[in-house]
Amino acid sequence: MRKEVLIGGFGGQGVILSSVILGRAAAVYEALYSVQTQAYGPQSRGGASKAEVVISDELIDYPKALNPDYAVLLSQQAYEKYLSLVKEGGIVIVEKDLIPNRNEELEKNFKVYVIPFTKLAEESTGLSLTMNILTLGFLVKLTGIVSEDAIEKAVLDSIPKGTEHLNLKALKKGFELGEKALKGEL
Amino acid sequence: MRYPFPVGAVDFIQGDEAIARAAILAGCRFYAGYPITPASEIFEAMSIYMPLVDGVSIQMEDEIGSIAAVIGASWAGAKSMTATSGPGFSLMMENLGYAIMTETPLVLVNVQRSGPSTGQPTLAAQGDLMQAIWGTHGDHSLIVLTPATVQEAFDMTIKAFNLAEKYRTPVILLTDAEVGHMRERVYAPHPDELELIYRKLPANEEEANYPFGDIHGDLVPPMPVFGKGHHTYVTGLTHDEKGRPKTVQSEIHEKLIKRIVEKIEKNKKDIVDYEAYELEDAEIVIISFGIVARSAMRAVKELRKKGIKAGLLKLNVLWPFDFELIERIAERVEKIYVVEMNLGQLYHMVKEGANGKAPVELIPKIGGEIHTPKEIIERIKDNLRWG
Repeated sequence: MRKEVLIGGFGGQGVILSSVILGRAAAVYEALYSVQTQAYGPQSRGGASKAEVVISDELIDYPKALNPDYAVLLSQQAYEKYLSLVKEGGIVIVEKDLIPNRNEELEKNFKVYVIPFTKLAEESTGLSLTMNILTLGFLVKLTGIVSEDAIEKAVLDSIPKGTEHLNLKALKKGFELGEKALKGEL
Repeated sequence: MRYPFPVGAVDFIQGDEAIARAAILAGCRFYAGYPITPASEIFEAMSIYMPLVDGVSIQMEDEIGSIAAVIGASWAGAKSMTATSGPGFSLMMENLGYAIMTETPLVLVNVQRSGPSTGQPTLAAQGDLMQAIWGTHGDHSLIVLTPATVQEAFDMTIKAFNLAEKYRTPVILLTDAEVGHMRERVYAPHPDELELIYRKLPANEEEANYPFGDIHGDLVPPMPVFGKGHHTYVTGLTHDEKGRPKTVQSEIHEKLIKRIVEKIEKNKKDIVDYEAYELEDAEIVIISFGIVARSAMRAVKELRKKGIKAGLLKLNVLWPFDFELIERIAERVEKIYVVEMNLGQLYHMVKEGANGKAPVELIPKIGGEIHTPKEIIERIKDNLRWG
C-alpha cells in the first residue's frame, strides 16, 4: 500500500502544517511509514506553497509524490499546476471560492469534490484559518488514509495551546462533510 | 537523565532535527555554529536542547570560529559538533585539516545545497563529495558518512560520534537539503539501547606524555584532557610523539602522517558500510548514495518487474572507500551506473574501483531536484535498446 497525497495552495493557508499533521498521524499513531516534503517560495505569505505526503505500510523508497492518489488544491495556481499530475481515478479536493476557473474536461479523469472550505471554516469556527484542519478532516474521512482517531491525536500534537477546541471543531466539521460526500449527499 | 525529546519512541521529525537529537543521545554536549540554510534547524534544535542537558550551544562569528570552538571543546573533553552547508563548509576546510592533524574527535555535518558559492540555498545537491574527502590540503584521511533517510540521519549521527571517538578523528556527516528538511518516521532509541564509545584517555602520567604516539600499537594514541594537569602541546605543525613541533625532519613527518592515514585505512572493514539490494544475480548495478539512492532503489524494483536484472549498491560510507568491493562487483556484472546529484564525483571513484572490469556510466543531475526513478529507468532502457 503506497498512497501519495499532494496539497497545494499559497503561503498562509496552512498547507505545510496540514501535511505535517497527516504524516505524523500515519507515522506515530498508525505504525505506518510516512514522508513529508515541501516546496515554497521565499515569502512566508502569499507565495506558492506545496507539500507532499507519502504513506506506506513498508519502507518508502522514492520520497516524493509522482502520481498523487489524492490532491487537495487550494489556489488557482496550484490547480493549474498540479491537477494533471493526479493519478487516473484519483480523488481531487478543490477549494470552490479560490478556484474560479476549472478544467472540466481534465476533471473527468478524477473524482472531484468542490467545496468552499474557507467559507465553511469561517462559519463553523469563526476563523477562516482553521480551513486547513477542516480540509484535512474531509480528506481523512473521505479516503480513510488514516483513522479519525490518529488524525485527531496528530492535530492536538501540532497546534498552539489554547486552540484545541477550535481546531477539533474544524476537524469534526471536516469529518461531517466527508461523511456526506461518502453518502453522495454533497 | 531526562531528555527534552521522546526516547524509546517513534516520532515524525525533520532530518536536521533528528541529527540534533541523535547527537545529544550520543553524548554531544558542545555545539558551535553559524546559521545557514538548509542546516539552521540543527542549530535551532541544539539551542533549545543543550541548556536542558547541561550542554552548551553557542553562535560564533562565522564558520571558521565555529569549528575552532568545536576543536577546543573536544580537547576540553566534550563530544562536540558543528553543522553547516556549502559556503560554510568551504570556510571550515582549514580548521578541518587542523582537526585531522591534531587528531581531534568531532562531528561536522554538511547539509548540502547547490553550489558553487551561495548557489541555490534551499535546494539539495551532492556536489560536496570530493570536497568532504579532499577539501582540506595535505595528505590525510578522515571518515565520511552519508544518510538517505531521516532514520539513517539519526543512526549515522550516533555512529559518527562513535567513530570520531574510537579513531580520534573528525567525522563528516554528508547529507543534503532533502534529507535535512524532509519529515519522516524515526525511532529514537532509549539510551539503554545504545552502545556509545568514548575516547581513550591516558591511563597514567607516562601515557599522557605521548599524546601523539602509537603507544598501544593500535595507531590511536590516548587523548589527554585540557585542565587535568597534563602538559600537552597541540599544534598543526608537524609534531613528534610528545606533540613538540618538528617541522624539518622528514622521518617524523612521514611517521605521523602515515599513522593518521593508516588508522583509518587499516580499519576500513570496521568503518565501511553499505546496503546491497538484489545484487546476487544482477547484470546491471546502480551505485548511489544519500537521497538519490532512494530513487535508484525504486528504479531497480521497476526494472526487475520488467525482467531486467538490476541491482543497487547504496553506499553509507563514502570514505574510507572500498575500491576492492567495487572491483568484485565489476567482475561479475555487465554494466555499472553511478547515480548522483552532481556532474560526476563518486563516478570517478567507482571507475577507479571497477578497474576496467565493467563499463561505468554516469547518470548525473543538478539544479536542485532529485532524479525521478523514471529518469534512471529510461536512461538504462535506452542503453539496453541501442546497445
